[in-house]
Amino acid sequence: MRRALHDPSFVIGAVLILGVVACAVFAPALAPHEPGLATLRSRLATPFSATHVLGADAIGRDILSRIIFGARVSLTVGVVSVALAMLIGTLIGLVAGYFGGLLDTLLMRLADIQLSFPFILLAITVIAVIGPGMWKVIFVMALTQWVQYARIVRGQTLSLKEREFVQAASGLGASHARVMFQHILLNALTPVTVLATLGIANNILLEAGLTFLGLGVDPTIPSWGGMLADGRNYIERAWWVATFPGLAITVTVLGFNLLGDWLRDRLDPRTST
Amino acid sequence: MTIPEQVPTTVSSHHQETTTRALRDELLLEVKGLRKYFPIRGGVFSRVVANVKAVEDMNFTIKRGEVVGLVGESGSGKTTAGRAILRLIEPTAGEVLFDGVDVVTLSKAKMREYRRKMQIIFQDPFASLNPRMSVGDIIGEALTIHNLAHGKAKEARVADLLERVGMNAGHMRRYPHEFSGGQRQRIGIARALAVDPDFIVADEPVSALDVSIQAQVVNLLQDLKDELGLTMLFIAHDLGVVEYISDKVIVMYLGRIMEIAPAKELYHNPVHPYTEALLTAVPIPDPTIKRERVILQGDIPSPINPPSGCVFRTRCPLATEECKHVVPPLEQVGTDPNHFKACIHR
Repeated sequence: MRRALHDPSFVIGAVLILGVVACAVFAPALAPHEPGLATLRSRLATPFSATHVLGADAIGRDILSRIIFGARVSLTVGVVSVALAMLIGTLIGLVAGYFGGLLDTLLMRLADIQLSFPFILLAITVIAVIGPGMWKVIFVMALTQWVQYARIVRGQTLSLKEREFVQAASGLGASHARVMFQHILLNALTPVTVLATLGIANNILLEAGLTFLGLGVDPTIPSWGGMLADGRNYIERAWWVATFPGLAITVTVLGFNLLGDWLRDRLDPRTST
Repeated sequence: MTIPEQVPTTVSSHHQETTTRALRDELLLEVKGLRKYFPIRGGVFSRVVANVKAVEDMNFTIKRGEVVGLVGESGSGKTTAGRAILRLIEPTAGEVLFDGVDVVTLSKAKMREYRRKMQIIFQDPFASLNPRMSVGDIIGEALTIHNLAHGKAKEARVADLLERVGMNAGHMRRYPHEFSGGQRQRIGIARALAVDPDFIVADEPVSALDVSIQAQVVNLLQDLKDELGLTMLFIAHDLGVVEYISDKVIVMYLGRIMEIAPAKELYHNPVHPYTEALLTAVPIPDPTIKRERVILQGDIPSPINPPSGCVFRTRCPLATEECKHVVPPLEQVGTDPNHFKACIHR
């Protein structure tokens, strides 16, 4: 752990993410205003003023407060959707690659079918049926993104299971579960974690996109994507409305990417010393 | 960390017991009619279009405490044979009697118990150790799997094993990439010994190592054999290495056994023309010694479509028309009950 503190990737990434997490957790205490409170007097108030540090939007809501509350939606969507997709995808990929045969064929054709659907089309269809909302957005993301993890893990599994150390474990009498999790998965995790950190960043953006299209989070709940979409209309007159939520997204994405880089190196004993 | 001088393990006592019990002619392993075909699939419905006949009708025995060398060129099926015996790959046909029990027919669960008694040392020490596990975890894994030792007892056992293979206990927290090839192979050997096996297949354990390291590892195996009374199938493509460690040698060619003889006998009195060719290929470190070299022409034929009759006939200096039609049986040579050959001319 002491070594980690000397790694700028870890330090910067951790500080950024902790900051965002703190915003999400302590939002009511940190936000200077009620995020939904529209004050007509403050319509498109310029930033860096005493009342509105980051300005206000078209109906006079404080942008800083909305960004602080918006971290809740963005973090939840980004982390939960990726965790879900990773969990499902990794298990399916591991099982398909390890056991092979008909099971592998079935699971991978399922993945192919999944891949052949454009994401937006599927998102629109699913949300049209089950209705919008944050958890439904997460569900749609996990539904479409498990494939990426499944394919990577399956590929890794196929090559790892022929390696001698895996055969050695079978030779020692290790159970399937032990061989799969201790020997194969442990060695297959590096690309998965890298993909996952990028995935969190990507899903924060996707949520923003879906919310922008009106398919995402309830518009009354502050979210960075929604703010970005609102701000787009005023970009010429009031740059701060879209810029600050955009920066929030950038900072969060950067934080996850830095942590991902650090994690990738840390997971591999060959580069961790 | 200090290592107790006498690590209380069941190992040493057990081994002394087996050594004293080891009547030299007690059979430990009996291989009967072992075959391994790898199907080649092709066409629309993945039909089997051909078979790679890697191992064809192998029969041999290994006595308790004996080291049997298995030699042959690349592609002769020796590694496949070793793995089929341990069921790391499933044999196509045949019986492998281990202490009288046919392990080929054992259920998966029952086989898992038998894995404790039969171990393998791999050829490539860089591929055979999990890069994500510490040396202590690698060696101790078998103890966990078979519920043999936990916590402190496990640590003591791992330390003991490390010292036994010429490393030290402090190495257990390190990772495989921190070690050289020879050291890694020692770790591989320690892993195989962890479960206190009765039988070890050493699959070309030194051919991936530098020559200077080879001798050290072979010496280690020799010492371990003497100390622990190990029974071993030692696979190699180099007769020089095998001569040193083996009691008995099996010569394989294209999946079939060509000759079986006690090591001394084989080196001084080879009967099969293939054995002769292999022996004359062993370099002698003395330029003044002249000898007749039997040089084999061409490559080993494809095991997908092996020659009819005797598989060696296409490269054999003695081959005649008859060799095309007769598959030579493995017969006793003269009156020697330990020497067998598969050649109709000798």
